[in-house]
Amino acid sequence: MFFTYLWRELRRRARQATFIAIGLALGIGLVITVTAAAAGVKNAQASVLHSLYGVGTDITVTKAPSTSSTGGGGFGFSFKQSVGTATRPKAGSKIDDNTLTSDFTLSSISSADVTSISKLDDVAAAAGGLTLTDRTVSGTVPSFNTGTSGTGGFGGRSSTSGTPGGFTGGGTSTFNTNSFVVSGVDLGTGELGPLSTGTISSGRTFTSSDSGKDVALVDSSYATTEKLKVGSTIDIGNSKGAATKFTVVGIVTEPAGDDSTNVYIPLTTAQTLSGLKNDVNTIYVSATSGADITSVANAIKSDVSGVTITDQDTLASQVTGSISSASSLANNLGKWLAIAVLIAAFLLASLLTMSAVSRRIREFGTLKALGWKSRRVVFQVMGESIAIGIVGGAIGVGLGFLGAAAVGHFAHPLTASLGSTTGTATPGGSRAFTGGGYPGGGTGGAGGSGGFNGGFAHAAANAVPTVTEHLTAPVTLEAVLAAVILAVLGGLIAGSFGGWRAARLRPAAALSKVA
Amino acid sequence: MYKLTDVKKDYPKGRQTVHALQGVNLEIADGEWMAIQGPTGHGKSTLLQILGGLDRATSGSVVLDGTDLTRLGEGSMTKTRATTIGFIFQTFNLIPTLTAQENVETALVPLGVSGESRRARAAEALASVGLADRVRHLPSELSGGQQQRVAIARALVKEPKVLLADEPTGNLDEDTRDEIIALLEKLWRDKGLSMVMVTHDSSVARRAQRLGLMRNGKLTIKTKV
Repeated sequence: MFFTYLWRELRRRARQATFIAIGLALGIGLVITVTAAAAGVKNAQASVLHSLYGVGTDITVTKAPSTSSTGGGGFGFSFKQSVGTATRPKAGSKIDDNTLTSDFTLSSISSADVTSISKLDDVAAAAGGLTLTDRTVSGTVPSFNTGTSGTGGFGGRSSTSGTPGGFTGGGTSTFNTNSFVVSGVDLGTGELGPLSTGTISSGRTFTSSDSGKDVALVDSSYATTEKLKVGSTIDIGNSKGAATKFTVVGIVTEPAGDDSTNVYIPLTTAQTLSGLKNDVNTIYVSATSGADITSVANAIKSDVSGVTITDQDTLASQVTGSISSASSLANNLGKWLAIAVLIAAFLLASLLTMSAVSRRIREFGTLKALGWKSRRVVFQVMGESIAIGIVGGAIGVGLGFLGAAAVGHFAHPLTASLGSTTGTATPGGSRAFTGGGYPGGGTGGAGGSGGFNGGFAHAAANAVPTVTEHLTAPVTLEAVLAAVILAVLGGLIAGSFGGWRAARLRPAAALSKVA
Repeated sequence: MYKLTDVKKDYPKGRQTVHALQGVNLEIADGEWMAIQGPTGHGKSTLLQILGGLDRATSGSVVLDGTDLTRLGEGSMTKTRATTIGFIFQTFNLIPTLTAQENVETALVPLGVSGESRRARAAEALASVGLADRVRHLPSELSGGQQQRVAIARALVKEPKVLLADEPTGNLDEDTRDEIIALLEKLWRDKGLSMVMVTHDSSVARRAQRLGLMRNGKLTIKTKV
């Protein structure tokens, strides 16, 4: 009788029942779609962070350079100390300079600190890394015109403008410039560090016997650009401007948008060439468990002064681009929109159910007169509402799948960049190129052209990688279950209101309305 | 069967209190048919509702087979309605979405009768009112007289001791009215029911054994037919 009565009643109120079910379906579909989109964005973020961060690394430790040392950083000419002064290279003199210097957004940290951190409680492993920049300038120094307001020279830029400096002297010049990022890899802890996200696409990776040797792994994109393959040689400079030939032993493929490292060499070799023996500029730390990350971070701060601690949360907060907007949209607007629609659907269902109960007062009064308990009448009303809720939930799940598919199909690919925060380095590079140009420099003479734009532009592009992720919106079983629960809940809420009203009916009052 | 002693029923209407029943005293014997007449709004239906346990008296006692209905809890009152009292309404009050048979079955649901037994008893009850061939019809597919027959079958299927009818022929034409009254009279005789019928129709009231007149909440037993 319960189901017969329920089914017949729903058929009689088919239009109203459909209206309620569609309202619930829209709310539930929206919840599923938003949940799926949020999960998709989260996956995309995880993918981006995975690319930028490295497998196995929980914390990176860096040290920001002191304010006084952030200017310029030097371009690495052997004559750089005299630039802009009365002594400058003679016109026509040849320049062939290949310097390997530390990334000037990072300050050196003693290798002893790596050992110290590795011995902290809850630290599974710690590895040092050295991010360096190799810059090559070759060409002939042009003749300089004396400017009207002082001596000529290189026009220096402030350290934070990011605009490449250039010659402001008169005349024309032609310089070949090249810049790429070199990472020194700690061979003792291969699971950590800049190579942890990469896969060897040809050749081999480093072995412990490569320590101190002139062997290199090259990023696959860079290898393609520079036409490098296993067995090729590549020039890497040193702190004095002289190049050393490295043999490429492997090609590394990094996930899209991974750090800007072009060439990987053994850490000890990198330290020797850059003149940073016993120094690193990034420490990669793995905690024994995810729950220990905060305590490990605090312990590192206490153990090593002046360092910046970066974990995935802080890294995530620096991600910008459409992925960040999408995340914000999904987490804020989407969530609240879904909640608002759900509440509206629940209210609508409740009001319509109460309205239906009002129209059935005579019916319920008759049933009570026949000896039906209030509880049975309430169950009947709630049963009808729950049935509508289940139908709405089923339609809503379908709509949710459709919505999720539409999000995956029509959504523009998401882009993500890591914000440039001076001194807040991320492991393996991917920092904004801050500053640039030549230090010092007098007031430039008028006119003239030429400069190093090409090389700097390349460096800057490498410095802030933009990752493109196709947004997928996976509908999880949990989301579907939550939707079904929401649908039943919606039915229960609506049925409770209707049932409450039906339960309060006095049979005499109900019947007197028609008598 | 029934013994009502100084039954009063007041209810608020706006700022005023309506005294619907003002000290009704009444005894109804087992198997008696009593008709109650009176002008509209003078307490006929209120009295019927109190007799049927659909409403409670403000004061006084309503004893049915030795049980004072005014002292019963809601659960016991509901059970009494389910087992002992059958109702017939002027507007039939059938559930519009249920067939004739299912409507009759609704009276057996609170008694916990199994589905199969329910269906058999409902079919039998419908046959007893001449609707054996209308069991699968919805109320909207039946005439007024047929609907009232279904309502009578619903009231009697549980074999109650008392049948309370509130203007059972009020919505019917004369011919149908006579058919229904004849049917009720037959069932009353066959089943030995006590029957209280509220009616405006004097020709119907005259067929009852006893006639009561309700005026201003007071009941006067006028005559024995």
